[in-house]
Amino acid sequence: MSLLLTNVHKTYRQPGGNAVPVLAIKRFELATAEQVALVGESGGGKTTLLNVIAGITLPDSGRVEIDGVEITAMHEVVRDRFRAERIGFVFQTFNLLPAFSALENVLLGMSFSGGGVDRAHSRELLERVGLSPRMHHRPSQLSVGEQQRVAVARALANRPSLLLADEPTASVDRANQDNVLGLIREACIENEVSLLLVTHSREVASQFERIEQLSDFNRPEVAAA
Amino acid sequence: MNLVSIAWKSIGQRSLASSLTSLSVALGVMLMVTVLVTSAIVDQALNQNSIGYHLIVGPKGSALQLVLSAVYRIQPPIENVPYLFYRQLQEESRVVEAVPLAFGDFTEEGGFPIVATTSRHFMLEYAPGRTFGILKGGKQMGGPFDAVIGSHVAKTNGWKVGTTFQITHGSAESDHVHDERFTVVAVLAPTHTANDKTVFLGLEGFYRIEGHDKKPEEAEKQLGDFYAQDPEMLAYIQSEFARIRAEREKEEEGGHSHSHHHETPDVLKEVTAVLLLMRSDFDAIMLRAELKKGLQAQAVNPIEPMSQLKEQVVGNVRKVLVFLTALIIVVSGVGIFVSIYNSMADRRREIGIMRALGARRQTVFSIILAESVLLCFIGGLLGLLLGHGLVFVAAPYVADATGLLIDPFAFETEELVLFPVLLALASLVGFIPAMTAYRTDVADALSG
Repeated sequence: MSLLLTNVHKTYRQPGGNAVPVLAIKRFELATAEQVALVGESGGGKTTLLNVIAGITLPDSGRVEIDGVEITAMHEVVRDRFRAERIGFVFQTFNLLPAFSALENVLLGMSFSGGGVDRAHSRELLERVGLSPRMHHRPSQLSVGEQQRVAVARALANRPSLLLADEPTASVDRANQDNVLGLIREACIENEVSLLLVTHSREVASQFERIEQLSDFNRPEVAAA
Repeated sequence: MNLVSIAWKSIGQRSLASSLTSLSVALGVMLMVTVLVTSAIVDQALNQNSIGYHLIVGPKGSALQLVLSAVYRIQPPIENVPYLFYRQLQEESRVVEAVPLAFGDFTEEGGFPIVATTSRHFMLEYAPGRTFGILKGGKQMGGPFDAVIGSHVAKTNGWKVGTTFQITHGSAESDHVHDERFTVVAVLAPTHTANDKTVFLGLEGFYRIEGHDKKPEEAEKQLGDFYAQDPEMLAYIQSEFARIRAEREKEEEGGHSHSHHHETPDVLKEVTAVLLLMRSDFDAIMLRAELKKGLQAQAVNPIEPMSQLKEQVVGNVRKVLVFLTALIIVVSGVGIFVSIYNSMADRRREIGIMRALGARRQTVFSIILAESVLLCFIGGLLGLLLGHGLVFVAAPYVADATGLLIDPFAFETEELVLFPVLLALASLVGFIPAMTAYRTDVADALSG
């Protein structure tokens, strides 16, 4: 079992004091090396769910376990290290650091883990995503598709067991959409990484064997009532 | 990638703002280095020049003025003491060497001070271990109108051996130019002291200049006052003046007018100061104490008034300058704070990304602090180079203009304190932006 969420609840407080329940998940699981497309409406809590899984946001209650380790019980420092080493993150807007080259962005992902920086592995990853000749270019010198490929390489840099992808194809053109998606999925298969990919695109989701509708297992309105 | 290289990248991203803030630190440090080095040089110069002799003897008055005029030639002399007194000092058993100095005139060209002395002056050490050197082609003063000039005088006026010149009476601006012409017989090697800016004449020639010997009536009165407590000297003086008057009367009867080309009688001569080399430090103290009891002359240990000057004036000026330059550095530090703090809003997302990639709060805190430290450190290093560069470039000009010996590679140990101070400043100004990074909410930063 790669990922297991049980009784996870998350409510946001609005500035006026109103409580807005966002997550109320009884159970959600993801097997090792399994790939799941998570589909949901905009504002439905997809990004919050990914943040909770990554340990960026703590749930109000419930447990999040990755590879049998309960990250919700960890001290923040341990959780940060765990995230660096075990979870890869691909963002919708790539989130590459503009001052760093493609290679440095990948190395940056390694800098915060305890494993140290492995330049050879970073180069291999960039080679794998077809950016070998452009690894010293900065994000501004790369096309949108290339930037997303760097983001994928960065997410895989620490050999994670779980890859979280938040709308990874939303910012790339149609021609690159399949490339990026194929790349993420292949890389996860090669490295036996579990993949949870959030998308609002039915077309993207249709390529996955397992498709989950967030609203099917997330019932904040029920919990609030 | 380590924290420093990540911080360095962030600095590079804002290269213009970073360069300017670092430059402001550099300028502050440059000024600080310049103040430290120059004040040390002034300090050293005030020491080195004044310690060639045990004592400087001159008329009663300000000890500092006596030293500044006799050694540094930057103050008018107080008054004069009788030449007879110099002779007495010369015969004093505790005195090894007594070198008379008479001054008050200036060169017509360039306004350099004239110092009349004996050739012994050039044979003795003007500072411990440092003796005068004469440049090629020069010789010791022989004739009454021979002159030895300092290297700066030679360079500024373009004078060399054989050049003749005239001097003005009283002050550099005076219209009263003496008729006598002096001839340069030697140019001194640079000493990097006030001697470089001085023209030396022989005492005998100096007294032959019209107006430099006292009128007998005036001299008799002054000597009478000076030796009022010494009946033996008073008797000698009276007999000498009686002899002079008799001679003059005889000359006038014979139809001769008084000519200043005659040997000037000692009682009509004066000296401005006498440099004394004593047998021992103890003898110096004793002689000084003895003269202190009298009313007419004083002996000054040249180090003391200069030490007081250093402590009370130069030291305080230095403190003010150090304080002001420290303020400049602090203001530059505030500049770094503003620069980094203003960038924090733009970098919120970057910090969020790093945190999402697993960077701990302490890590992003350290990255921002490292930026501040790097900016200060680079500024400090640049300032150090600029400061020493400035000293290096300015050294020959300052040496020419002031006679101060400046070591272009001078380094003050106090400069080493600058770096820990800069480190503390960087930590202080980097703390608030670093805390902002520390407190960044990752989910908010990524969604913003």
